[in-house]
Amino acid sequence: MKSYFKNMKRATKVDYATYAGVILAFVVVMACKSLGLLNRQMTGMLVPICAYICMALSLNLTVGILGELSLGHAGFMSVGAFSGIIVSMSLSQTVPNELVRLVLALVVGTLIAAVVGLIVGVPVLRLRGDYLAIVTLAFGEIIKDIINCLLVGWDERGLHFAFNFDGNQNIQSLGLSENGIEIIKGAQGASGNDRIATFTVGFVLVMITLIVVLNLVRSRTGRAVMAIRDNRIAAESVGINVTKYKLIAFVTSAALAGAAGALFGLNYASVNAAQFDFNTSILVLVYVVLGGLGNMWGSIIATVVLYVLPEALREYADLRMLLYAIILILVMLATHNPRLRDLAGRIIPRRRGAEADG
Amino acid sequence: MAKKFEKGKMVPVPSHSIIPERDLDKSPILECSHLGIDFGGLRAVDDFNLTIGRTEIAGLIGPNGAGKTTVFNLLTKVYQPTRGTILLDGLDTAGKTTAQINRMGIARTFQNIRLFSNLSVEDNVKIGLHNQEKYSALTGVLRLPKYWRQEKAAHERAIELLGIFGMQDLAGHKAGSLPYGAQRRLEIVRALATNPSLLLLDEPAAGMNPSETAELMENIVKIRDTFQIAVLLIEHDMKLVMGICEGICVLNFGQVIAKGTAEEIQANPTVIEAYLGKRKGG
Repeated sequence: MKSYFKNMKRATKVDYATYAGVILAFVVVMACKSLGLLNRQMTGMLVPICAYICMALSLNLTVGILGELSLGHAGFMSVGAFSGIIVSMSLSQTVPNELVRLVLALVVGTLIAAVVGLIVGVPVLRLRGDYLAIVTLAFGEIIKDIINCLLVGWDERGLHFAFNFDGNQNIQSLGLSENGIEIIKGAQGASGNDRIATFTVGFVLVMITLIVVLNLVRSRTGRAVMAIRDNRIAAESVGINVTKYKLIAFVTSAALAGAAGALFGLNYASVNAAQFDFNTSILVLVYVVLGGLGNMWGSIIATVVLYVLPEALREYADLRMLLYAIILILVMLATHNPRLRDLAGRIIPRRRGAEADG
Repeated sequence: MAKKFEKGKMVPVPSHSIIPERDLDKSPILECSHLGIDFGGLRAVDDFNLTIGRTEIAGLIGPNGAGKTTVFNLLTKVYQPTRGTILLDGLDTAGKTTAQINRMGIARTFQNIRLFSNLSVEDNVKIGLHNQEKYSALTGVLRLPKYWRQEKAAHERAIELLGIFGMQDLAGHKAGSLPYGAQRRLEIVRALATNPSLLLLDEPAAGMNPSETAELMENIVKIRDTFQIAVLLIEHDMKLVMGICEGICVLNFGQVIAKGTAEEIQANPTVIEAYLGKRKGG
């Protein structure tokens, strides 16, 4: 057993350590929760943290592994969130079991976000660098605007959809029957939702996302994606279909963001499209960049710290965002300071040149 | 049976599995006729004809800017030719992409090294093995038995291929951290991993000292003998070209000015003129 561990590649060890870390964190949080050590504010943050960890991991697949900057990742989260809410609300009578409904909502959110990812990815991935970033930014805004004029309701006859493009319609225009449910009311978003997301399901989703991303990276597919990132011309010269592998990475990333969105959406009684705007995309990008591009455990830690930090600073009221920004800048400087890195390297010795994981 | 080598740094006998059976009696591996490309008004390459035999080592030489690398880019469809046809193994390559050309059997190295420098040496070779591994993204994510089997096979092949240049021990190192000569050798290994029938080498000896070049010459011949493939190389080191190339093609201003064996090329007045200029009053 010991020699088995010794013979493992460094990358494999890092993967297992990441899984172990996440499981340990879950166990500790659950223990604290059952001992009553967590207050209401803390328990309220658990599900969003899980959702944002999944977002950061999935964005890391696009930005860190594929090497393309996407500024519209919140768009996929939004698609997942509202698809999830539609599923959860319309099945509320037929499927009373909340867990089953949550899982169904997550699956549908994932699939729809994947389809949207495919539709966006096919034209967009022909672009590179700044151009791709700008187009994904525009995509995020388009999704927001579409959901802002989307009207969805459910009654015995099934789901009803309408687009309020001219601004003259409202939820009554759907003509729902008396016991119909108003699900999405345009710019007001969805309100009165069942809050069925739980921390345990959030943890499972984090683990699934982590396994999908890490296993993908360590497979033939992931190597092809990283080859495209490192040198597109050389990747083509060894017979890699560049468009196909870019699309696989992008769609997987979109699908995982959709799952994260569904989890996030089902954690609140009221959700609207404006919550998934450009700022959210940037927020997730900050988690990814701060955690390190291509570094999955880094993304997880960065997400937890940066999500908790503004809440922890709440007592400083007006200075909160200022302090948050200053801490962010200092952490950025510190993690990219050669002298500090050198120091860290001396504390945790590494074989030179031997470090070559994705 | 793979040949055994007595000396040299090259580790001999890659197992039979990595050398597919090839029908060597068939027509030439590569036939280009009237190949040409224009960049705007500039005729970068014009009326380029070249035939390479199944196990031939051919050289492409010429002064700087003659269009040698452009010919490589035409053969691998980095550029689509304006005129002419390329037959690979008797099949027309018109309309194929670079990736498809590689699957048809042409692998190449680059003048300015293009490795996947953030990845390990082993992963670089495994990426070369990409099209020989056949499992889907989903199989990879779920880690089905097929994944483990093929990954194990890919690992063994990668180590074996690295053994060609005795680089097995570098497998875990980052490709970008290797010394220059090793990076050039790794590029050749990566190209060989794609199981080509024609290997294009763009200045393989650039930046190497005379003893390294001599070793490289030996290895190119050995690779040809072991893998039974054709090699086309661009090189400025005349000792290498004249030493191992069975056919040499000289390019100047995008035009072929001479073709033949080493002796014929060395004696050709047009070639001498292209390299050294015209003799005064001559």
